[in-house]
Amino acid sequence: MAKVVKAKINGILLRVAEGTTILEAARSVQIKIPTLCKHPDLPASAACGICIVKAKGSNKMLRACCTPLEEGMEITTHDPEIVEIRRTVIELILSNHPNDCLKCGRNNNCELQKLTADFGITEEQFPQFLRDLPKDSSTNTIVLEPQKCILCGRCVEVCQDNQDVWALSFIERGIKTHISPAGQIQLGESPCVRCGQCSAHCPTGAIVEKDETGKVWDALRSEGKYCVVQIAPAVRVAIGEAFGFPMGANLTKKLYALLRRLGFKAVFDTSFAADVTIMEEASEFEERLLSGKKPLPLITSCCPAWVDFMEKFHPDMIEHFSSCKSPHEILGVLSKTYYAKKNNIDPAKIFNVSIMPCTAKKYEITRSNEMFASGYQDVDISLTTRELARMIKQAGIDFTTLPDEECDSILGEYAGAGVIFGATGGVMEAALRTAYNFITGKELGKVEFENVRGLKGVKESEVELDGKKIKIAVAHGLGNVEYVLGKIRQAKAQGKEMPYHFVEVMACVGGCVGGGGQPYMVTDELRRNRAEGLYQDDNDKQIRCSHQNPYIKRLYEEFLEKPLSDKAENLLHTHYKGRPVYRR
Amino acid sequence: MEEKAVSIEIKNLVEKWKGKEGNLIMILHEIQNHHGYVPRDISLKLSEMLDVPLARIYEVITFYNYFKLSPPGKHRISVCMGTACYLKGAPSLIEEIKDLLDVEEGKTTKDGLFHLDVVRCLGCCGLSPVLMIDDKVYGKVKKAEIADILAKHGKEG
Repeated sequence: MAKVVKAKINGILLRVAEGTTILEAARSVQIKIPTLCKHPDLPASAACGICIVKAKGSNKMLRACCTPLEEGMEITTHDPEIVEIRRTVIELILSNHPNDCLKCGRNNNCELQKLTADFGITEEQFPQFLRDLPKDSSTNTIVLEPQKCILCGRCVEVCQDNQDVWALSFIERGIKTHISPAGQIQLGESPCVRCGQCSAHCPTGAIVEKDETGKVWDALRSEGKYCVVQIAPAVRVAIGEAFGFPMGANLTKKLYALLRRLGFKAVFDTSFAADVTIMEEASEFEERLLSGKKPLPLITSCCPAWVDFMEKFHPDMIEHFSSCKSPHEILGVLSKTYYAKKNNIDPAKIFNVSIMPCTAKKYEITRSNEMFASGYQDVDISLTTRELARMIKQAGIDFTTLPDEECDSILGEYAGAGVIFGATGGVMEAALRTAYNFITGKELGKVEFENVRGLKGVKESEVELDGKKIKIAVAHGLGNVEYVLGKIRQAKAQGKEMPYHFVEVMACVGGCVGGGGQPYMVTDELRRNRAEGLYQDDNDKQIRCSHQNPYIKRLYEEFLEKPLSDKAENLLHTHYKGRPVYRR
Repeated sequence: MEEKAVSIEIKNLVEKWKGKEGNLIMILHEIQNHHGYVPRDISLKLSEMLDVPLARIYEVITFYNYFKLSPPGKHRISVCMGTACYLKGAPSLIEEIKDLLDVEEGKTTKDGLFHLDVVRCLGCCGLSPVLMIDDKVYGKVKKAEIADILAKHGKEG
């Protein structure tokens, strides 16, 4: 049992576990100390100084975010002097921050703007001193505007510590400090894998997703285009946060209705294509396990940031990668081949828009020639959940009361396995359900694999397939990958038995539910709730396994023949190659 | 710089400082002293050999004034902006040098001939305003004399 400390905050006596910060302790007695640099998902950096408080008997101001409450402390969180100091801190930050709010990607959704409003700041107290730092759109997925940066350090923390990518760092010092990749290069030339976690954690508009809603509106208005759309699993359980729904609310059917009202001619579900991914990936796994032609472990490849990370930092793992494309790309190519043919639509006219929890998907759509397998660019535009929320608001549709609708069936109806792709461990669980059937010819009595669920950074487990023990690992958050790959490399070097048969990796903590394109202020509580929404969806489905989905059976009968057929290889599979960590 | 030469140089340095605490900064010191700056290809190699991200190396290089990222100019101009020199017109000298050489403070001219630094007090306030080019001191400098002074060093090449 942790030791308990007794102290007073604003005269309220409280007991908290030793080590609890003043900020957390105050919150437990309904006192809200304002913060700016502190993100609930990240350790305190104590950069901004907004959260200062007074302790009786000390003439020093303490930062509540990183100071533990101590026995007998008497803390004051609000008095005229403290409020005045906080106001000055904000005014000083504003003196280095452009007044571009009206034209900023974070307008009405900015933590600095909100604080400025809360403190009623209406005048410039200090002359503006703006740093001459150029905008950087070179990744084509996120836009870096270092001039708007308040140097809170959240992006550097997630990029270096959580993701182990090290694309962003603090360069120079004092007044010249700014966020940048190493040297006079652009982010697109750096190790950046476009996971977008920096943009999801930035308190201001210094890093935002590249907004492509304009291109989608143009396509929807264009008479020559046949616009179709797909939504990823993780979007349905997060979009509601932008419209006041409870955490994790599953809005699948409202989204179908909404997208049709926006003008899309067909509404598809990426979860259906996830079922296709499973058919292919489970077949690959079966082949590797039984024939031994290609090495084990098989490593999943549906996360484009992970693919980019592997190509840059771990090209020795290429032979372990599943060649199967991500569900999003599979849906793209099927919409311009199978769907086009069945419905007699000229594929040249089809414009496929994907709604993703992810910024890296914007990169994936032109990653290699294989993303043009239909003869056209398979997915034309990829939008993040945040961009869709903006489109809904622009369209003037009351999303909250919109009646439910169904999706367009031949690329829409999904098994429970397809939708859990959005949570860490979901791909593994879905693949095991089908691999079990492929390898044993039997069906699972119980389809849930609880050991691969949840937010533990690396989940190692064993499952039994036909008397054979299959060792699996699930990692999420790129910083957790090294451990898993290290074990594989060590076994290889020593000629020992592989530590795993099957490995799943997702770049973002929590998997896609915690993706870099999801609504802001993600915490583990939110990740758990979003994932719970997906597991509930799976639970409610009659059909839980991809290979049992009748539309999947039909797709193979009518079009793809069988998993790993020549046609499937041509349309649904891809290659990988090592890429330089730095282009310059 | 030849790839091979870089590798050997770095290998020896890494060997020398291996396992010692704070080795990155010591290695960077040696590179700075040897080359007059820290070339990017060396940093990239160093990152690989020390298994330290390039971003961390650049954080260190750009934090300390001592490290430079571009080659030094052939001649170093130091203009004093100490109190006396400042009052006696040093700012106008700096402006004139910037104009004539098309160079910024802390930067080197495109032809690599001059590097301009602004410094505090060269210790001869009686001669203010003062500037130094390499180890030659010029006192009571007038704006109109700058072009001639620069030409003298420029010609020497």
